[in-house]
Amino acid sequence: MALIGDLLIQGTQMTVVLAVAPLVTGVVRKLKARLYRKRGASVLQPYRDLARLFRKEAVVAEGASWLFRAAPYLIFAATWVAAALVPTFATGLLFSWSADLIAITALLGSARFFLALAGMDVGTPFGGLGSSREMMISSLAEPAMIMLVFSLALVAGSTQLSTVAGVMLQGVGLRVSLALALIGLMIVAVAENARIPVDNPSTHLELTMVHEAMVLEYSGRHLALIELSAQLKLTLYISLIACVFVPWGLAPAGAGLTHMPLGLLAYFGKLAVGATLLALFEVSLAKMRVFRVPDFLGAALMLGLLGTLLLFVSRGL
Amino acid sequence: MPQPMSPHFVFDIAHLLAGAMVLISLMMLYQDRLPALIKVFALQAVALAASVAWQAYAHDAPHLYVTAGIAILFKGLVIPVALHRMVARLGIHRQVETALATGPTMLAGIGLVGLSLVVMLPVTATSDPLAREDLAFALSVVLLGFLMMVTRRNAVSQIIGFMSMENGLILAAAGAKGMPLVVEISVAFSVLIAFIILGVFLFRIRERFDTVDVDALDRFRGGRA
Amino acid sequence: MADGATAAAAALGSTPTGPLSGLLFLIVAFAAIALAAPRLARRPGGSALVYGASFIAATLGLLSALAGLVCAPETLVLPLGLPWIGAHFRLDALSALFALVVNLGGAAASLYAIGYGRHEHAPERVLPFFPAFLGAMNLVLVAADAYSFLFGWELMSLASWALVIAHDKSAENLKAGFVYIVMATFGTLMLMLAFALLAGPSGAYAFADMERAPHGALVTALVLGLALVGAGSKAGLVPLHVWLPLAHPAAPSHVSALMSGVMTKVAIYGFIRIVFELAGPPDWWWGIPVLAAGGITATLGVLQAMLQADMKRVLAFSTIENIGIIFVGLGLALAFKGNGLEAAGALALTAGLFHVLNHALFKNLLFFGAGAVLNATGERSLEQLGGLIHRMPTTAAVMLVGAAAISALPPLNGFASEWLTFQAILLSPELAPWGLKLLVPAVGALLALAAALAAACFVRLYGIAFLGRPRTGAAAEAREVDRWSRGTMIGLATLCVLAGILPGPVIDALQQVVSPLMGARMPVQGDVAWLSIIPVGESRSSYNGLLVFVFILISAGLAAVLIHRFASRALRRAPAWDCGFPLNDPRTQYSASSFAQPIRRVFASGLFRAREDVTMPPPGDLSPARIRLSGDDPAWRLIYAPLTTMVDALSARANVLPHLTIRQYLGIVFSALILLLLVLAIWP
Repeated sequence: MALIGDLLIQGTQMTVVLAVAPLVTGVVRKLKARLYRKRGASVLQPYRDLARLFRKEAVVAEGASWLFRAAPYLIFAATWVAAALVPTFATGLLFSWSADLIAITALLGSARFFLALAGMDVGTPFGGLGSSREMMISSLAEPAMIMLVFSLALVAGSTQLSTVAGVMLQGVGLRVSLALALIGLMIVAVAENARIPVDNPSTHLELTMVHEAMVLEYSGRHLALIELSAQLKLTLYISLIACVFVPWGLAPAGAGLTHMPLGLLAYFGKLAVGATLLALFEVSLAKMRVFRVPDFLGAALMLGLLGTLLLFVSRGL
Repeated sequence: MPQPMSPHFVFDIAHLLAGAMVLISLMMLYQDRLPALIKVFALQAVALAASVAWQAYAHDAPHLYVTAGIAILFKGLVIPVALHRMVARLGIHRQVETALATGPTMLAGIGLVGLSLVVMLPVTATSDPLAREDLAFALSVVLLGFLMMVTRRNAVSQIIGFMSMENGLILAAAGAKGMPLVVEISVAFSVLIAFIILGVFLFRIRERFDTVDVDALDRFRGGRA
Repeated sequence: MADGATAAAAALGSTPTGPLSGLLFLIVAFAAIALAAPRLARRPGGSALVYGASFIAATLGLLSALAGLVCAPETLVLPLGLPWIGAHFRLDALSALFALVVNLGGAAASLYAIGYGRHEHAPERVLPFFPAFLGAMNLVLVAADAYSFLFGWELMSLASWALVIAHDKSAENLKAGFVYIVMATFGTLMLMLAFALLAGPSGAYAFADMERAPHGALVTALVLGLALVGAGSKAGLVPLHVWLPLAHPAAPSHVSALMSGVMTKVAIYGFIRIVFELAGPPDWWWGIPVLAAGGITATLGVLQAMLQADMKRVLAFSTIENIGIIFVGLGLALAFKGNGLEAAGALALTAGLFHVLNHALFKNLLFFGAGAVLNATGERSLEQLGGLIHRMPTTAAVMLVGAAAISALPPLNGFASEWLTFQAILLSPELAPWGLKLLVPAVGALLALAAALAAACFVRLYGIAFLGRPRTGAAAEAREVDRWSRGTMIGLATLCVLAGILPGPVIDALQQVVSPLMGARMPVQGDVAWLSIIPVGESRSSYNGLLVFVFILISAGLAAVLIHRFASRALRRAPAWDCGFPLNDPRTQYSASSFAQPIRRVFASGLFRAREDVTMPPPGDLSPARIRLSGDDPAWRLIYAPLTTMVDALSARANVLPHLTIRQYLGIVFSALILLLLVLAIWP
């Protein structure tokens, strides 16, 4: 009986993140448009786009191999599995012990690995450009993320997200290292999701794009899967920051189904706040030159390193 | 003194503010434009004022409020505004010339923070835990200011580095809660005077060499010797 | 002497069929194959015969090693070698583990070479040395006295040196061979000194005596340094790595695989044997030099791999990176043990040893794949390849597994061992010394950086060589390789996946090795539900490769089925879009060096002095624009170049020596004699 309840929660979690991901992107787009004093498309537009793309036939370049066609499914699967393991409205998910925060980071790394390969598969200059820059960005963002994970893990004594959220919920006080980790995590989230100032999600101007250049050859259902993965990843990062830094409202492990509506409500509230902050952040900045990005991400890496260092030196920091 | 607060909370807030000062010092290393650098410097002054005021509140030491006031008035307001106008008049608001790239500078900065922690924590092992970690942070701010003076070529950013060092000293003094008010005021004024002198000096340098790049001075000296 | 002989006879009598005798017998068998090889090389099917025999011998060695892993340690003394020492042999769990790696690699390489070796144009230069190389590595692992160990070590160096210069037509190979033999000799010298220090003035050269004898702090510190330099030079620690990227690619591909995947592991075995066992309990600071060397090696190795255009050089540099990761694990283990945290040390050592196994698996696989590409196209340079996924589907598929595994992507094996290393790092705030408190986070950052760069490096290798459009005719007309090679690669890829999704049994098996060395072991993983691994405690961290693997398969499959069923399954082939730019010349694709450009600019411009010189012709001039890349290895610039200059200067000075008069020669001899007598007089 308990197992069925756990399975139910895990299933709900997987469905919720998948269902809500396009909405988050829609809200961010809408808010950005409003802040620019444009009207903007409906917040439901991403759903319509996805539905349209899924129904269309896929046009595949002549030189594309099987990897090109398989990659969207793998990317989607890896991202979805990663998103399913981050506590959103309840901790103590049934399968949360199958991968900790390091593994979740690495799963996103797997998705990126295949995306970068897919970008190179057709043999177009733009694909190579996108892949090359993406790998440069990730070569700094990923270590930064690992160092931030170290900071969190040292504070909470665990790399297991459910445990981390539980520890944070009990209160660990205001920590310098956690403040550093929060700033660093935001920088990494911005970079990993190809947002301004690192990349511009709404551009097709050749020389500024990274993510869009990699997926240039995709169409139809493949493109839909990749878009959905990108939306899932954004939701994942907002959920991650929320789960670690504002864990209030998370239904504790074994709390029973009655806590769930409250948890869900709190989760949607957090997503809304996260989307608003992201939109504000994006409209107030200009995109950076590509070779300024390493400095920006280097700062996140340094913050993670500094936070970890402080925690190694004194557990009180 | 109002309600006696839990010592844990006092400890945390003090740390957070001191940590914020270190973070802002690192941010200054990261900035490569003068106006942004000046803004970050003003931010550091605000953090310093908050930190000192918190110490005053927590330890019931009213004279520290004066220190905080001086910090926010001069370093948070007067000096940044003056620097902004100076930079605008000199027409050098575009780019900071660094002698070292941002990445290695930041790395060196992290190393300095680590070094000051290593130096401070074991030495002061017996003293009050609040003071000792604050002292370590203060030393970091001083060293980072020094690093800034070493890695920047521009005279304005060197001045900012110098004043950031002084911020670290005040943080240390406030943490040690022993420095008399007279000393503090005199320190504040000496810094102000130093600032004015440097400012005047800056314009003289520019008049003479048509740049504020301090390397120009070296070249000039080398030419004469 | 007589005692030794009777003891040997008794030992022989008591364990006639143990795994140790099995391995010794195999060493003899390898020697026999090596001796027979020059004759066989001239016959038509001789190469297959030699490799087939090597394969059988290595497979038997693999079985003996497996048996040795579970059996109690065995020892044997044979009246060979130096008469007053005898030849001591011992097979304990540590030797057995590395024998497993060696013979697994050896068996795979032999099997692969049955097909690959057909294309060898000078088989008589390769065939005799291949089995000798395998036998020598086995000899190092079972040796239990300094003399047999160094004998095996030198034999291993010489056999591999002969294989490096097997194709000695190019000056490059000869240079590689020269640098290799110099560095190998240097490394052996260091190990010899280490053993001499451990043996002490009484000359107790058997390992058992060395372990029992008490050593002073100074002696053990020196031994640590010598072992780090001696074994590190063989394994490829920065800055002693300079020979490795020259020598490993120069050999035939199956030998490159053995050198990179296996011989470096024998060096690690030497390090573990000397430092963890013979030198006695570690001091608190022992971890520091090992950790620093490991972290720097990992990062510099992968950065340089990123900048290479030659496929086999990329793999050789990536070997350096992985050696760094292994040394980080070993350094953490030393630091933990030296500070009385044996349980954490067991975790760190397990992580290091697990990575030894993993690296042997995927590096062999990748070198075999590179060999297959070399065979099919005649090209090693990435700039000349492309689009091989269409022409060589099997090789491309297994290389994808290898590339993903070495990039530490879950759910493959590379991730499992790196995850364990990270878990060990997270335990290290318990370490009290300040130096370690500062060093360990920095090493953690270096390791994370190396892992991310490795992914970039292998996206580049795979994307340029196998994806895109062929850049040359050779790549366009590549043919899939023979079935022996394919079979071997498929086998290794399967092992990579298995070790990744079932890390629990591997970790449990490794505890046989870890617990005698550390005096502690990791918790048993076999009892954990769902085959998860829990290195410390359940609430602390856990990872389940199998579930992650299954989840990914299910989600991908579910998405595919649902979409094809309910949305659209139509597919149309059309010319590539590329923002409307017509595709014609495959040279418009990103090349290997352009792919590396962002990372080169960010990381390498300072460290390796990487520069780009662009020659842009003026408007109207039709000559092509040119970009020239330059860069160097800081190890050459800062250490070896000054060293060679110094040696040159010294030899120029010494040039006067052959032109002295006889009286002056006598004077030199006389003063040397007086000097020695003085030393003797002053010495207490």
